[in-house]
Amino acid sequence: MTDTVDVLIIGAGAAGGAIAWSLAETRMRIVCLEQGDWTKPTEYPSNGRDWEAKQLAEFHYNPNRRARETDYPINEDDSPIKIANFNGVGGGTILYAGHYPRFHPSDFRVRSLDGVADDWPIDYATLAPFYAENDRMTGVSGLAGDPAYPPKEPVMPPLPLGRSGATLASGLNRMGWHWWPSDSAIASTEYEGRAGCINLGHCTGGCAQGAKASSDITYWPAAIRAGVELRTRCCVREITVNAEGMASGVVYYDADGVERFQAAEVVIVACNGIGTPRILLNSVSGRFPNGLANSSGQVGRNLMFHPYAQIYGYFDAPQDGHRGPGNCIWSQEFYETDRSRGFVRGYTFEFTRGQGPVQAAITGMMTGRIPWGAGHHAAYRTLFGHRTGMVAICEDLPEEHNTVTLDPKLTDGNGIPAPKITYRLSENSRRMLHHAVARGTEVLRAAGAHDVGHEAPLAVGGWHLMGTARMGTDPERSVVNEWGRSHDVKNLFVVDGSVFVTSAGVNPTCTIQALALYVADSMKRRLATLFE
Amino acid sequence: MSSSEGAMIPLTEAQCRSLRVLAALMIPADAGAGMPGADDDAIFADILASLGRDGPDVLAALDALDGMAGGRFGDLGPAEQEAAAARLQAEGGPMVLALTRAVAQCYYRDDRVVRAIGLEPRPPFPQGHVVEQGDWSLLDPVRERGPIWRQA
Repeated sequence: MTDTVDVLIIGAGAAGGAIAWSLAETRMRIVCLEQGDWTKPTEYPSNGRDWEAKQLAEFHYNPNRRARETDYPINEDDSPIKIANFNGVGGGTILYAGHYPRFHPSDFRVRSLDGVADDWPIDYATLAPFYAENDRMTGVSGLAGDPAYPPKEPVMPPLPLGRSGATLASGLNRMGWHWWPSDSAIASTEYEGRAGCINLGHCTGGCAQGAKASSDITYWPAAIRAGVELRTRCCVREITVNAEGMASGVVYYDADGVERFQAAEVVIVACNGIGTPRILLNSVSGRFPNGLANSSGQVGRNLMFHPYAQIYGYFDAPQDGHRGPGNCIWSQEFYETDRSRGFVRGYTFEFTRGQGPVQAAITGMMTGRIPWGAGHHAAYRTLFGHRTGMVAICEDLPEEHNTVTLDPKLTDGNGIPAPKITYRLSENSRRMLHHAVARGTEVLRAAGAHDVGHEAPLAVGGWHLMGTARMGTDPERSVVNEWGRSHDVKNLFVVDGSVFVTSAGVNPTCTIQALALYVADSMKRRLATLFE
Repeated sequence: MSSSEGAMIPLTEAQCRSLRVLAALMIPADAGAGMPGADDDAIFADILASLGRDGPDVLAALDALDGMAGGRFGDLGPAEQEAAAARLQAEGGPMVLALTRAVAQCYYRDDRVVRAIGLEPRPPFPQGHVVEQGDWSLLDPVRERGPIWRQA
């Protein structure tokens, strides 16, 4: 496999699928190397009686616990927030909830508006047509008219409000706060050959129905039909460079652990905010002794999660429990900066439904609400199916000391150095979390909750991995330019959450995919001068 | 019940006896409600077969329990067992989470238990569930307020 391909994409997740599909119309030879497998719908937990147990095991979102052969370990000992990802075709979208909010116009102008972090080199208007195209490819359910956003048109009706949504909406109305049906990458009706949601209630374990828009069933079938070649079980070790300092291809290990080389004219990295800096930092050469595309020293820096607060309440009336998608409604009452709150920027409340019988038992027992022994069953009967609540997704600001580096000892199954996470929660984030817990408690009480609890920061909540190969116009302070091309290596591109300048206070997948489409469009418009 | 957890973690006879006693102390039977205890033959066999990723922490918990009890936990009298279990619950940290997962994930998928808590013993797919659409007029006050997004 040493014949040179035109475009080599590393990673078949949310961004890899989107850019592969968009570039396919050029008729270039495009190959994607993915270290994981395809996931068969029949493998998803909701096919079996042990559906909750599987999500605690081989479908767990933490790679260290999941520990599949296709996963790489991550040293996350020095972070209060643990990593969530999935390695396989579809990437993190296999296990995501399908929350699909766009960034707001203000999210691209945080330095100008609030004097913190940096402005993006692009704006909402630039991305808007790619958001719309991505919504059509993905299939987004929602309701037009959200007062927290500029006008946009979801392609399907919203997911059902249900008992939990109605309970929470009544509380939000009592408080006089904004709320709206969540934009969701879940088909509420049949869409483009995909079946509509039947309320399996287990989106974050993978969707057996195929209603949730993971990129393995949205972009990838279309990209493959258009001629893109996708090779699974190909674990990339490093990107190589030639004498001119251009990327020449990648060294990877195939399913049998055999080292191979794939030559390429263009290399696109799409491995998420942890995997991408890992590969760049592992790609050391005489010309790039500190890692590829790293003359700025910014590769692996500015790691952003979204610190999460989880706030939940127990109600007298039954709620939706494990029935229905977790996605329901959101509130952006506290999204924009109000300095009187004691912090800058803001957060989104995403209201969820409830828990399955096993999770209800585990959380009840671990929080002391369901005792061991004689009182167990009575307490369980009172609480099971009576819980609902929310998470607050707090905007995380970029800080250089939050990093992805290479662990000096830990390696994956192929001996490739593993990433090490170093992360500190900022004072701004602490204040925001505190505010979110207080406001969340208020709204749950207003909705009728008789018992309210919280966890902040949510330790398991490292779902969103951003900022570690940031976009910018200044080569000394950023890794890629305003259309995703490396400042240092003119045929190397990055298209995942690594390029985020700031994190906003919403889930990133919609913006990651819109950015991938935007970068693809930028490449197509410059094909004759791509390396200049 | 098929296990999702892979290879069985080998426990000694004494460890099995201790874990079974502990499981019953965590979730005892409730004959009136038709609910078995977590030490029920079928449920406990499922627990043993499904320890998987939690196996090492469960074994550590059993060792800690012996230490707290001052002897083999499974061989103690009921009062001493109850006291040691309470201490483990209070002081065990991550080991308790692993134990809780190991016991609860098997107990709350047993057909008898699932029926007793009002659910059908079936996987979510392919039948799915019914969730009512809800009253979208609840949005009226939000609409009346008008746009809140920040111009940039």
